[in-house]
Amino acid sequence: MHGASFDIAHLLAGALVLVSFMLLYQDRLYALLNVFALHAVVLAASVAWQAYVQDAPHLYVTVAIALVLKAGIIPIALHNMVRRMGIHREIETVGGIGATMLAGMGLVALSMMVMLRVTAGADPLAREDLAFALAVILLGLLIMVTRRNAVSQIVGFMSLENGLILAAAGANGMPLVVEISIAFSVLIALIVIGVFLFRIRERFDTVDVHALDRFRGERL
Amino acid sequence: MTASPLLALAPPPLAGSLLAIAALLALGPLAVLTFRSRLSSGLIYILAFVASVTILVAGATHLWRSDSVESLTLALGLPSLGAHFRLDALSAAFLVIVDLGAAGACIFAIGYGRHETARGRVLPFFPLFLAAMNVVVLAADAFSFLMGWEFMSLASWALVMTHHRESENARAGYIYIVMASLGTLALLFCFGLLAGSGGGYDFAAMRAHSPAPVAAASVLLMALIGAGSKAGLAPLHAWLPLAHPAAPSHVSALMSGVMTKVAVYGFIRIAFDLIGAPLWWWGLIVLLVGGLSAVLGVLFAMIQTDLKRVLAYSTIENIGFVFVGLGLALAFEANGLTAAAALAFTAAIFHAFNHSLFKSALFLGSGAVLEATGAREMDKLGGLIHRMPATALAFLMGSVAISAVPPFNGFASEWLTLQAILLSPQLHEWPLKILVPGVGAMLALAAALAAACFVRAYGVTFLGRPRSTDAADAKETDFFSLSAMLSLAVACLIVGVLPGLVMDAFAPAAQLAVGAHMPAQIHDRWLSIVPVAESRSSYNGLLVFAFALASMAATVLAIHWFASRSLRRTPAWDCGFPNPNSITQYGAGSMAQPVRRVFADFVFRAREQVDMPAPGAFEAARFRVDVRDRLWDALYAPIAGLVAFVSDKLNYLQFLTIRRYLSLVFASLIALLLALALWP
Repeated sequence: MHGASFDIAHLLAGALVLVSFMLLYQDRLYALLNVFALHAVVLAASVAWQAYVQDAPHLYVTVAIALVLKAGIIPIALHNMVRRMGIHREIETVGGIGATMLAGMGLVALSMMVMLRVTAGADPLAREDLAFALAVILLGLLIMVTRRNAVSQIVGFMSLENGLILAAAGANGMPLVVEISIAFSVLIALIVIGVFLFRIRERFDTVDVHALDRFRGERL
Repeated sequence: MTASPLLALAPPPLAGSLLAIAALLALGPLAVLTFRSRLSSGLIYILAFVASVTILVAGATHLWRSDSVESLTLALGLPSLGAHFRLDALSAAFLVIVDLGAAGACIFAIGYGRHETARGRVLPFFPLFLAAMNVVVLAADAFSFLMGWEFMSLASWALVMTHHRESENARAGYIYIVMASLGTLALLFCFGLLAGSGGGYDFAAMRAHSPAPVAAASVLLMALIGAGSKAGLAPLHAWLPLAHPAAPSHVSALMSGVMTKVAVYGFIRIAFDLIGAPLWWWGLIVLLVGGLSAVLGVLFAMIQTDLKRVLAYSTIENIGFVFVGLGLALAFEANGLTAAAALAFTAAIFHAFNHSLFKSALFLGSGAVLEATGAREMDKLGGLIHRMPATALAFLMGSVAISAVPPFNGFASEWLTLQAILLSPQLHEWPLKILVPGVGAMLALAAALAAACFVRAYGVTFLGRPRSTDAADAKETDFFSLSAMLSLAVACLIVGVLPGLVMDAFAPAAQLAVGAHMPAQIHDRWLSIVPVAESRSSYNGLLVFAFALASMAATVLAIHWFASRSLRRTPAWDCGFPNPNSITQYGAGSMAQPVRRVFADFVFRAREQVDMPAPGAFEAARFRVDVRDRLWDALYAPIAGLVAFVSDKLNYLQFLTIRRYLSLVFASLIALLLALALWP
């Protein structure tokens, strides 16, 4: 691994983490979906660079899937849903944005500490990549935990999945089958959740998951 | 040994056994399809009998010809592993033990099964149970072993639950399945440790590398918990006296006589074959647990009033004997005394074999009694010797054998175990030198109490006057049941008269387990067995048998010769009160009373309470005995309470919101990552 290619891989993976942070504080749904599309584009760029550096042409399939599915179809579909449900209003987060950002930074630090310790002696490119990927995954989980709106929880889930793809692309020689099956599972998750969303709204006139909790008679 | 031409023609034993196992597996679905037909019961049992005999012949052939090890790998099970099977001397010995008992149970069931009301719950599981036990004995990788083991547990559980509407059976089944899962879990850990980080789940790989001392000790403890709980070692025996009697009687015979031996096999396979060289204190643990089981088992057997439960508790005692032998073998082997280790090991495996014979015979006998009278409570039986003479004879032979009375087989193996204990001064470690004779004393106590226990069981059940109309109207059982019981009982006698034959057959197994075998016994003049040296001790079953026969014949002749001429009929002596009511006889409770009183506070926490009616009142006086199992109170009740408490508290987790679940997952992930990051 030469200095330049290493730096570029590093840069792209770091950019993905940065976009994850952007996802973390977006409090409007449209903006959130746009940033998610950006997330997918950055992922595609990062995986494409890995494909080029590792000379692994099958990774270009991953790139195509990421671009078409995650930067195109899914954000557009979610846009449509949001418009049809008429919920392009502000979304609330649990805890303040400042606290959430601080927690996110803590997670990134944690993933660095873990990965750099555990993978000592591994290929440096894979190492950095894995650390960033873990950070993206944790940030995705954080998004899911801090949001109440079902749409933004989906976005959190999808960004988590992007982190998985980044990790897999960094490891040399992941079979294509795995990649395709992940892509399909995400697509199916989208369909299921989409149906689910409409059903929730039909019944409760909102996609705030609070409504579900209230329906179950839970204290919050 | 020379192979006869007939044996040379037989198919390779391992392949033949596996085919027979496959046939048994196929019988399960066949039984599901046909159980409604009247003929189905007999057909299934006959086919199962044929399969068992096939495997029996295969195992015996292997032992007899002293064949080399046979292995076979089938493309079943885990894709990367396959299913490994292996037939060596140890497996062959246990194949013989398993399938001899199985064949007996099958014949018995041809007759007994006709009266089964819930055929559909017995017939499908019975052949599966047999197949699973054979798979365990033949398996040569952890996956197949555990599959067979778990299959064995589940099939026998289903059989225990045959009459599940009786609340006692449902409780027995519940406790059984919990304990069986615990045992399997322990074995899973055990194999995990044996496989090491490399993950060699094949027994050959485990044999090739021996674990570090700490890991090896954990493996032994796990094997003791896993196999010991199945075999019924105290303090993990709680399920056994509940579950074994709950099943139909031929299944009880299998569970007590055979399944416990499969557990013994599991322990031997792990502790003697897979771990590598033992340490001396392993033997000490096994010895103490075995001695404790022997004494506790027989004490509880002594005070039970349910005939099948007496037999189940006595199984615990006999398993204790077997494990004492195994513990001694471990201790001797660790000390490099291989000849002594071979003696102890042979004694253990011989006792396992004998127990499978007489315990099967006894359980089948209790089944015949149950079928004839509908009663298991001894206080409802009595006088059956006149109504069921052949059953009474078989039960008597079994009782004499289990009480270790020469010339029956129980004596030979218990004598061998005690001979091995007498070699303990050769051990180097002081704790062993001091404690082994103590364990020997416990065994002696257990053997004596076992005799008392079976005098009581036989006397109350078969002698005296009937205590209920059902017992008075009992009829002798059918031909198949009788032939099964009598052949097992006769086998007890033959093995007892010619113990050297069986000990020689088990010699290759001892060679495999402890690296030495006892000197060949059968070539000795007059068929004596000489465990160590002739100057030290020897036993000749044939001589004892001949002497017993001769003295009995002489006594009978003498009585008839001298006394018959002066024969006169008078009223029988009536113990001072001429009350013909059967309740005035000695009953099960009254015969247990001396032992119960002696061990009242120490073991049983027995409380006797007499409620005398007030003077002038007409109600009967009441005598009540309250017996508690200390182990249950001290070990099981707190665990059950803890589990109930924790699950009650954790129940709250069932009703969280989606986001809280996510937060929980997230928090635990973070906690794990933090642990990973901060671990020194």
